[in-house]
Amino acid sequence: MLEQVFRDQWGRVVASLVGFLGDIELAEDVAQEAFATAAERWPRDGDPVNPTGWLIATARHRAIDRIRRERTLAVKTEQLERDLRDRSEETMDETATFADERLELIFTCCHPALALDAQVGLTLRTLGGLATEEIARAFIVPFETMSKRLTRAKHKIRDAGIPFAVPPDHLLPERLDAVLAVVYLIFNEGWGGGRVDLSAEAIRLGRCLIELMPDEAEAHSLLALMLIDHARTAARFRGGELVLLDDQDRSLWDQQQIEEGRGLLERALALQGSGMGGTYLIQAAIADLHLRQPRDWEEIALLYQCL
Amino acid sequence: MRYALLIYDDAEVRDRTPQDERRRITASVLEVLARPNVTDWLRLQDVESATTVRHERGRALLTDGPFVDSKDYLGGFIVVEADNLDGALAVADELQGLRPWGAIEVRPVREGDQVGA
Repeated sequence: MLEQVFRDQWGRVVASLVGFLGDIELAEDVAQEAFATAAERWPRDGDPVNPTGWLIATARHRAIDRIRRERTLAVKTEQLERDLRDRSEETMDETATFADERLELIFTCCHPALALDAQVGLTLRTLGGLATEEIARAFIVPFETMSKRLTRAKHKIRDAGIPFAVPPDHLLPERLDAVLAVVYLIFNEGWGGGRVDLSAEAIRLGRCLIELMPDEAEAHSLLALMLIDHARTAARFRGGELVLLDDQDRSLWDQQQIEEGRGLLERALALQGSGMGGTYLIQAAIADLHLRQPRDWEEIALLYQCL
Repeated sequence: MRYALLIYDDAEVRDRTPQDERRRITASVLEVLARPNVTDWLRLQDVESATTVRHERGRALLTDGPFVDSKDYLGGFIVVEADNLDGALAVADELQGLRPWGAIEVRPVREGDQVGA
């Protein structure tokens, strides 16, 4: 139960804490402590009615304790203490519903003022809940390198004032592109196989994006593209050898994923309206056409020209 | 927060730019500098006037020229007030769009402790 809660709730809990504390490092630390406390108490006392609320409230209490202990902490302690006093009891209550602030966190982590490899690592850590060791292993870099990279990025976010907010309309298209690029990069990194399952992680992030931005055509297209590609995972290798599309055993394809991908593609087309399709929409459409028989080469060639 | 926009210039490109074009650029930049979110700015003399101080075995070692010897040099800086990095980047983006050379580096101003190495 707890493992599942961790996978599902880590991003939400961290996002809520970053919104509250304004410091990703502290947010991660106290989130970790809250999950550890849960691991100890829930089996003994029973699961709480609202696990997310319980975790966020517990982590907030931890954060306040810690800030009071370490007055020199580099967050705006006084301001925070005032905020804490101002907020009524209910915000500290575990039964309260906390706003979902994952979208704010995604845009912070994928801010173009951060190096791309830091954006990728930070997104996997804060939203995906992957441990630093796992991320280091996935990208084949030493643990210390990844750890330093993440710490540096978190400090830059704090010191340079990278906003914890969904960008205003005039910046949104560009910033959304950056977010989608990070998710797609994670997906493609997963092709290596055998290591941490990054493709599955990217799909989870993709699902999170369409849940948070239900009207963005390109977010739907990206998830469609990833699902249609991922559906063929089992058929892609035979005895360690790469199997080309035409030689693949179609019975190994995950029909459910393909259908879900196609549904998303239709939704993306509807959202897109009459405007020019984005690159993920075109790529997803091409991926879909490749799976249909006979293949419509003319249509495929036409779409490639749009890329 | 306050941010310093470090204005990097390229003298070669700048000097190739016609006089009236340069005057036009200066006028547009001055408009931006007159806004209330610009709290301070300084324009520096050309890079030939720079002296760099290093210390070697406890003694000052002076070199003629800027710290980083590259084509682009620090030509001045502007201090702006912004809610967050995006606000400062917007000013930098606008200014850089006015000039066909150089680059602008955006750095948060360290507030509070004025003393530090």
